[in-house]
Amino acid sequence: MDSLAGNGWVWPLLIIIGKSLLILVAGLIFVAYVLYADRKVWAAVQLRRGPNVVGPWGLLQSFADLMKFVFKEPVIPAGANKGVFLLAPLISGGLALSSWAVIPLNDGWAVANINVGVLFIFAISSLMVYGAIMAGWASNSKYPLLAALRSAAQMVSYEVSIGFVFITVLLCAGSLNLNDIVSAQDSAWGLFGWYWLPLLPMFVVFFVSALAETNRPPFDLLEAESELVAGYMVEYSSAPYMLFMLGEYVAIITMCAMTTVLFLGGWLPPFPVPPFTWISGLIWFVLKICLVFFMFAMVKAFVPRYRYDQLMRLGWKVFLPVSLASVVVVAGVLEIFGAGAHP
Amino acid sequence: MDVAAVFFYLFSAVTVASGFMVIAARNPVHSVLFLILAFVNSAGLFLLLGAEFLAMILVIVYVGAVAVLFLFVVMMLDVDFAELKQGFLQYLPLGVIIGAIVLVELVAGALTLVPSPLGKPAAPTPGVSNTQALGRVLYTQYLYFFEVAGLVLLVAMIGAIVLTLRHKRGVRRQSVAAQVARTKATSVEVRKVPSRTGV
Repeated sequence: MDSLAGNGWVWPLLIIIGKSLLILVAGLIFVAYVLYADRKVWAAVQLRRGPNVVGPWGLLQSFADLMKFVFKEPVIPAGANKGVFLLAPLISGGLALSSWAVIPLNDGWAVANINVGVLFIFAISSLMVYGAIMAGWASNSKYPLLAALRSAAQMVSYEVSIGFVFITVLLCAGSLNLNDIVSAQDSAWGLFGWYWLPLLPMFVVFFVSALAETNRPPFDLLEAESELVAGYMVEYSSAPYMLFMLGEYVAIITMCAMTTVLFLGGWLPPFPVPPFTWISGLIWFVLKICLVFFMFAMVKAFVPRYRYDQLMRLGWKVFLPVSLASVVVVAGVLEIFGAGAHP
Repeated sequence: MDVAAVFFYLFSAVTVASGFMVIAARNPVHSVLFLILAFVNSAGLFLLLGAEFLAMILVIVYVGAVAVLFLFVVMMLDVDFAELKQGFLQYLPLGVIIGAIVLVELVAGALTLVPSPLGKPAAPTPGVSNTQALGRVLYTQYLYFFEVAGLVLLVAMIGAIVLTLRHKRGVRRQSVAAQVARTKATSVEVRKVPSRTGV
């Protein structure tokens, strides 16, 4: 072992594994409560109680669900393509978790603080579509296949405008590194110096596109229960189904975290004065994620589902021109006034 | 052995193996999935060379967009596998010849250009990231080529739209502007209806 440790890569490798495990466990517990919060918010809007039986105020509901999923029998349809059928939920869950490697929880607190963090997140979110497509095809059933076709069109459409939103933020921050993007929003203005205010239209476009990219209502046409039963997840049961659910919610939290990093100043306190700066950046970051998730949950509760052609129209005819125009406008403003100009 | 070397051999082995499986797999959907695996592993090779921007762009463009549409089309095809296998022997000689030519050219190119497969890339300029360096070269030295490439893509895009866009008459379309412009005054009328007369 000594010779290995002497090479100087075993120790960093162990540290990376430790960090990844830490963020994995913390993230999964967070997801369990986010699921609970989602159901509670939804219930409150509809004047119901929501989960309230398992544990005090139903706080252990997600863990009870986990047990239920794990101990049930996974059913694989006879006509399914077995390998791809089982690979799809693994891809969905694994990819969703892997994007957390680059998200900075505090100044410099990321497992991998890479120079192309934004592109990494973008790449992962564009790969997420494979979970749905592979599941839809491998199930060898009508509704899942329809859902797979919908998902391919929907996710590719909204990625385009998300890409342009990323470019506008990158132009302002002058870096593809997520850590630098948050640092660039640090100013004496505090809350009002974050990018949500100067880039308000982009903030709205990103929020709505994030809903569509993660298949949240009102854009959950992949699993529209009144049309497609449960979309690409129809044939799935027990642990594979749970992996899909997990992947979906982790992707939602990732999008909340990206909204926070790009527009809401990441770990920065809302006002750069003492009572606020005493609190750790990690807590600010988690609070902001919760705020964005609350907006996600409220949209789910309030807004009726889009029709498919309306979804496509919104993506291609509204968001794409708006985001494309704003790239030009922001680039022009930066060029003329030189704010945030980089060598 | 160096960690980078371990990963180099891992990524290259998986790339070559999945490249082989692309043509060997019986099911065309499996072929596309292996193609995607090959793309992802090539992105890993780019990462090892320090070309992080290219690696991510490869994943975003080829895996995230091009291969999705590929898979989409292949999934939709109603392929008769037995018929496909019959054609295999017929096209084998042609495929072998083309493959051999490409292989010879690649090996010849690699031998003349790079002294060794793990040859050292040019030392990165300190303080300039991959992305910045690429951007500088593209937007200064090769600006015209870059613009011409964009123009070619634009022409292709217009061509695709012209080929597929058709306006059918008699199709009811949603006019969002008209819907949003409706007000209470233009859409609702309250009438006092005297009994036994109707509206």
